[in-house]
Amino acid sequence: MRSTYRGINRFVVIAMLLMVAASVLHAQTHLLNVSYDPTREFYEEYNRLFAQHWKATTGQDVIVNQSHGGSGKQARAVIEGLEADVVTLALAYDIDAIAQNGGLLDKDWQSKLPNNSTPYTSTIVLLVRKGNPQHIHDWDDLIRPGVKVITPNPKTSGGARWNYLAAWGYALRKSGNNDQGARDYMKKLFANVPVLDSGARGATTTFVQRGVGDVLIAWENEALLALKEFGADKFEIVVPSATILAEPPVAVVDKVARRHGTEKVSRAYLEYLYSPEAQELAAKYFYRPRLKSVADKYASVFPKVNTFTVVEGCGGWQNAQAKHFSDGGTFDQIYGK
Amino acid sequence: MPVKLAINPRKSARRWSFVTKSSPLPGFRLSFAFTAIYMTIIVFIPLTAIVLHGARGGFGAFLHTIVAPRVLASYRVTLGSAAAAALLSAVFGMLLAWVLARYSFPGKSIVDAVVDLPFALPTAVAGISLTALYAEHGWIGRYLEPHGIHVAFTPLGIVMAMSFVGFPFVVRSVQPVLEDLDPAMEEAAASLGASSWQRFTRIIAPVSFPALLTGSALAFARAAGEYGSVIFIAGNMPMKTEITALLIVTKLEEYDYTGAAAIASAMLALSFAIMLLVNVLQWWFQKREGQRA
Repeated sequence: MRSTYRGINRFVVIAMLLMVAASVLHAQTHLLNVSYDPTREFYEEYNRLFAQHWKATTGQDVIVNQSHGGSGKQARAVIEGLEADVVTLALAYDIDAIAQNGGLLDKDWQSKLPNNSTPYTSTIVLLVRKGNPQHIHDWDDLIRPGVKVITPNPKTSGGARWNYLAAWGYALRKSGNNDQGARDYMKKLFANVPVLDSGARGATTTFVQRGVGDVLIAWENEALLALKEFGADKFEIVVPSATILAEPPVAVVDKVARRHGTEKVSRAYLEYLYSPEAQELAAKYFYRPRLKSVADKYASVFPKVNTFTVVEGCGGWQNAQAKHFSDGGTFDQIYGK
Repeated sequence: MPVKLAINPRKSARRWSFVTKSSPLPGFRLSFAFTAIYMTIIVFIPLTAIVLHGARGGFGAFLHTIVAPRVLASYRVTLGSAAAAALLSAVFGMLLAWVLARYSFPGKSIVDAVVDLPFALPTAVAGISLTALYAEHGWIGRYLEPHGIHVAFTPLGIVMAMSFVGFPFVVRSVQPVLEDLDPAMEEAAASLGASSWQRFTRIIAPVSFPALLTGSALAFARAAGEYGSVIFIAGNMPMKTEITALLIVTKLEEYDYTGAAAIASAMLALSFAIMLLVNVLQWWFQKREGQRA
């Protein structure tokens, strides 16, 4: 009986040694990219592209796994111990939260890669039903009585925060930097919102599939995807006179990458996002490329927009969060008494 | 002590039986220890963690969080809808249990199996399909909207979703009791001149009421804690159709773990109080019935 046990033990040990040896010899690296919802399709293809590039330059195999979900939820998962080597989230505030709450990366993470660590951008546009029956051409049309606006809850959705700040930034400029004017606009806007979905995808479904509402405030990439999936004969995109430049940032989660010994490949993974091939891929999935040559090539896909950044519109994410979305902020005031 | 023993010697002896080892059944200590450990790991530790986490910000902050106007409104929406759903489930669940227990018809076993489906279906699926049906252009919604009946994105929708997940509890609690009830008793009552209403109130109702109460309480508890199916159909408007579970998720989204745990603790206490009330009611009812018999 004893000897059988020892035999099994020895067998297990040998098997484990063989597995370790095999993985070392293979030099296979695994990366985990924790991202937000609408990037799923883009990163699936980008991971293959990067694996080829990495093999060609270093001879090593790399397998990138990806995880998707609401941006805030994903950030929380990383803080609570999801072993992400890199994060590619919807807004800088969520990566800030990882830096602050988990201490997993430096507070100045955003200065480590070009363009504020945002290799691609998007913007916020209006999606209306074909023929634009409600004659919606700009933000002002959204507060007309009787117009139903679909936008998710900014408390639970990263995309909705971009929507909110886009509308706020427009209203603030329109009222000559008068805070009260912007507040009044937002109050009227949300009086026209019949449903607050908890995520951006949910809001798209409500508008596109449930047929609720006259206009959907959405990511440009999400709106273009809706056109592609459901047909340009059902919806059209309206670009407002001014909107926000949405910058979804990327970062290496330093502490995790150091522990995994994947710092170099993680950094390369993010840097390669700025290469012409990757920029081309981003454009294919409706993200606006940063690289001018690629941006020019896809100029017909992306209409010219007049944008402002979060810093210009509301003094950065920390300010925006404190002023608008935290407890008692302008969003809560809209629904308060 | 002798005075107390004189009042109810059997009860007091039973209460201390796990110390005095006088239980006639074997294996009591082992099974009791296992129960205690299991309950501790599965129920008490997680619940205690929630309460402790919620209290981390101090009593003032805790109180401030759980009585904020939006949070109060969410208790009203959640518990009110859950109560309405439990009531609906009680009425229609009882009816369904009656039909399944007393009549035989073609396809009965299929209907019987379908009752359990809401248990098995992922709640998000239920929520999405209910929303699709009741939205203004949905299969059912398009006929209701012209009459001014709005289901999707109103409190009515929340009650719908909660009834969907709750009614099997009622059916499954009441059905076995009705099946065990000997029709001969009713026949005897009828032969002695009892009207059908009397037969219902004197024979069927007393026997099935405790089970109905249990089933409805379970349906209520399930509805109060429901998230997946409600979130899609609720519309989630602050102060109007926002359920407490969504507020907890919202707090988490703001990285406010303490606030989320505080609201969760408050909800826990409220639900526990209501369940306790139902249990007391049931105990009282059974005692009264016992005295009458």
